[in-house]
Amino acid sequence: MKIKAPVKRPAKPSSGQGQENGGLTSKNFVSGQEVRWCPGCGDYSILKQMQTVLPQIGVDKKDIVFISGIGCSSRFPYYLDTYGMHSIHGRAPAIASGLKATRPELSVWIVTGDGDGLSIGGNHMAHALRRNFDVNIMLFNNEIYGLTKGQYSPTSKMDTITKSTPLGSLDHPFNPAAFAMGADGTFIARSMDRDPKHLQAMLKRSHEHKGTSFLEIYQNCNIFNDGAFFDFSEKDRKMHNALFVEHGNPMVFGMENELGVRLDGTKPEVVKLSDGYALDDLWIHDEYDAIKSNILIRMESLNTTDQDVPRPFGVLFSAQRSNYEVLLEQQIDFAIGQKGKGDLDALIAGNETWVIE
Amino acid sequence: MNNVIEEKQNVVVKFAGDSGDGMQLVGTQFTNNTAAVGHDLGTFPDFPAEIRAPQGTLPGVSGFQIHFGSTSVYTPGDSCDVLVAMNAAALKSNLQNVQKGGILILNTSGFDTRNLKLSGYETNPLNEGELTGYLVYKIDITKLTREALLDVEMGVRDKDRSKNMFVLGFIYWLYNRKPENTIQFIEQKFKSKPEVKEANIKALKAGYNYGDITEAFSSRFKVKPAKMAPGTYRGITGNPALALGLIAAAQKSGLQLFYGTYPITPASDVLHELARHKNFGIKTFQAEDEIAAVCSAVGAAFGGNLGVTGTSGPGLALKAEAMGLAVMLELPLVILNVQRAGPSTGLPTKTEQSDLLQAYYGRNGECPMPIIASSTPSSCFDAAFQAVKIAIEHMTPVIVLSDGYIANGAEPWKFPKSADLGEINTKKVTSKENEEKFMPYLRDENLVRQWAVPGTEGFEHRIGGLEKDDITGNVSYDPDNHQKMVKIREAKIEKIADFIPEQNVDSGKEKGKVLVLGWGSTFGAIKSAVVDLLSEGYEVAHAHVTYIKPFPKNLGKLMSQFDKVLIPEINNGQLVRLIRDRYLIDAVPYNKIKGTPITKLELKEKILEVYSEIG
Repeated sequence: MKIKAPVKRPAKPSSGQGQENGGLTSKNFVSGQEVRWCPGCGDYSILKQMQTVLPQIGVDKKDIVFISGIGCSSRFPYYLDTYGMHSIHGRAPAIASGLKATRPELSVWIVTGDGDGLSIGGNHMAHALRRNFDVNIMLFNNEIYGLTKGQYSPTSKMDTITKSTPLGSLDHPFNPAAFAMGADGTFIARSMDRDPKHLQAMLKRSHEHKGTSFLEIYQNCNIFNDGAFFDFSEKDRKMHNALFVEHGNPMVFGMENELGVRLDGTKPEVVKLSDGYALDDLWIHDEYDAIKSNILIRMESLNTTDQDVPRPFGVLFSAQRSNYEVLLEQQIDFAIGQKGKGDLDALIAGNETWVIE
Repeated sequence: MNNVIEEKQNVVVKFAGDSGDGMQLVGTQFTNNTAAVGHDLGTFPDFPAEIRAPQGTLPGVSGFQIHFGSTSVYTPGDSCDVLVAMNAAALKSNLQNVQKGGILILNTSGFDTRNLKLSGYETNPLNEGELTGYLVYKIDITKLTREALLDVEMGVRDKDRSKNMFVLGFIYWLYNRKPENTIQFIEQKFKSKPEVKEANIKALKAGYNYGDITEAFSSRFKVKPAKMAPGTYRGITGNPALALGLIAAAQKSGLQLFYGTYPITPASDVLHELARHKNFGIKTFQAEDEIAAVCSAVGAAFGGNLGVTGTSGPGLALKAEAMGLAVMLELPLVILNVQRAGPSTGLPTKTEQSDLLQAYYGRNGECPMPIIASSTPSSCFDAAFQAVKIAIEHMTPVIVLSDGYIANGAEPWKFPKSADLGEINTKKVTSKENEEKFMPYLRDENLVRQWAVPGTEGFEHRIGGLEKDDITGNVSYDPDNHQKMVKIREAKIEKIADFIPEQNVDSGKEKGKVLVLGWGSTFGAIKSAVVDLLSEGYEVAHAHVTYIKPFPKNLGKLMSQFDKVLIPEINNGQLVRLIRDRYLIDAVPYNKIKGTPITKLELKEKILEVYSEIG
């Protein structure tokens, strides 16, 4: 069966590649604080890509705010010369909510990790996603607790042996993208520290999305969980295991793009193009199709064949929905329209007064 | 018929019935009417935690007590002169608080076999001698209401819902009142439901006429207007007063008010009140939990707004870590705590002053924070206003302590004009005067740092919960710096003592034998007890602390002018510990922890006991 490529296209970026922000370059976004991540940590690359992208998004430095929680990833704001807050464990989305609700014009970025964002702060994460403030969440996933020196995290695979789980971890891990989908997130993407170009593209898409963007970034912790994502990031294995999806394009992967993913009803399956499949026979990615995105995000757990399915990267889902901060301002305008601008003396006096002579 | 009209100085009336009987509505209507005729008053609503507790049972009783008079009223009254009981359970749970010789108005249909059984009466108190010594009026309110509504088209169940208006009408007659304000209220409230409107007005008038035409009631009562300070008044309860204080402070400081909160009894009405006034540009945010609520307010404050969060005791515990963050960030933030009886879930609808030590100490690390306590419903306005002023002018989180008794109690309020409220000046930076790097933790002579908010060019900076280097604000693990910063943060809060009023003596002289030192909702009880004792010639005085952290500068000296300091509290002794610790004096505690206010009588006894020990 031929699958028709959907007509909807992602919104055009508001600022083109290379457009400079008042002549600023990545250097202008370096805070000068000594970076204190372990040598070789994936966070360095993420920081660098962020510093590269920030001059390109067309927002003044003074209007950019980074809010983080606690953990290795959460040191991020210290290293960027913008406004920033290194807050408390798990609460960055809640702090950012109050900031965005009152200052809708700011570009607000939330930096979190798999522990900060999905364990102690899971509640706030879910609620931020459903409210759909126009903020950008970057979740650095390293499948381990780094700053507390190596306990398993809510994204660690079952049976992970760590100091706190010498006989292996017992809990089924979160799939962060599926979590975001479950909370009705409106932009869900995945990238990795070791693919600078792709990460830069995803950071820009996150910024452009009008709503809460949830970008999961695979990040290598070379101290406590080295190589956790090498299947997807290292040259020799990447082509075979990682599927880079783009809206409107068929899902192909492999060393020579010889493999593809097609949908058999609701079941994804990996096919060889040499077996007679044309590109049109493959699953054409439609980032606006919530049902198919759910399948894409859960492809691995839905896989019933004995073949390995690839891990998808890119914008996995996006949708348009109203933003909390916009609705909040509309309510205030509506109230002012109905009752007029508040009169403090009338308010203090209330409806019933009496006079004592 | 012509009734004798007896004149009274002060009267305490309690309306009690099932939680579905509409007693709170009767109480507030009677309160508004009482205020409008110029009496001073105090009220105490008392209701179960359950929305619809089991009908007819003791836990299901909802009550509303009002104390009004021609002289100053400081409390809702220790005991009642009149009890209206809609059923047996309401009588049983309130009879012990009715003065001997008091009036009991009893709804006889609420004393059927089922009600008697549910309330644990073995015999019917209406028939036995149990009520001798009281003036008992037995009225079949249910039957009379139904009869009054004979020609109204509605079911019996719906008709029965108007029986509270019958009661109200009768009490209006008893106290020689005009029921007009309630008729207006009913017309407004049931505008779209003509039959409900008709039923309620008819029942109200029937109750009034019943008093007029029934010969059983020989006397009516008249209370003269109180001699109150001249001015324009309104009625106010504590929670709306907190909300109004915040709105006023937001306007005076020129800041947008953001209220991030999570519903909790008895603080939720602050949210409800603020949410009604969006036309003042107020943003209310019902967060997913208490932690998100305070964090959202911290985020709003970082963005240069007036960030406020509100809660009750259990919620304050959850907010502790984020409050500590605000101490580290040195951002303005106001935390309202409308206390209730604890620990844990405790008695959610009952009052207690047991969060003082939590407010004072309940955070990790050395984490000082100013504390302001409101003492009456109207003082909540000032407490909220002053808390905002201190938070903004001293760049610190501030806790406001109120409690359930103040939150729901009503009193007349000679409200201020907005022009007479003080100014509030922010520490915001606007534009860069030189090329030098901005130092987020550089302080002025009061140790207060500047407020540089996102969007301000040239002031980009990062702050966080890690210890920071003095002046630069960079992360610092230096041991000497940490000690220095801990001391600076404490000194900054202590410095606020230079900006708050000195402690005054509310009643009595500034020297004497016993000083009764209170805080919060014990104000009325202490004041009434001390005023009584002063008139009896005792050398006592009453001082009430509004600023608990830091204490007013003269507090120690003031206390030293008395032989004994007695500290009554609705907790197990909290202010008394702070006073002993700070001033090394042998202050005497007096504690009641029953979820109910301290009464004037029991306090008088305690004061006299302490007095007699002085010799």
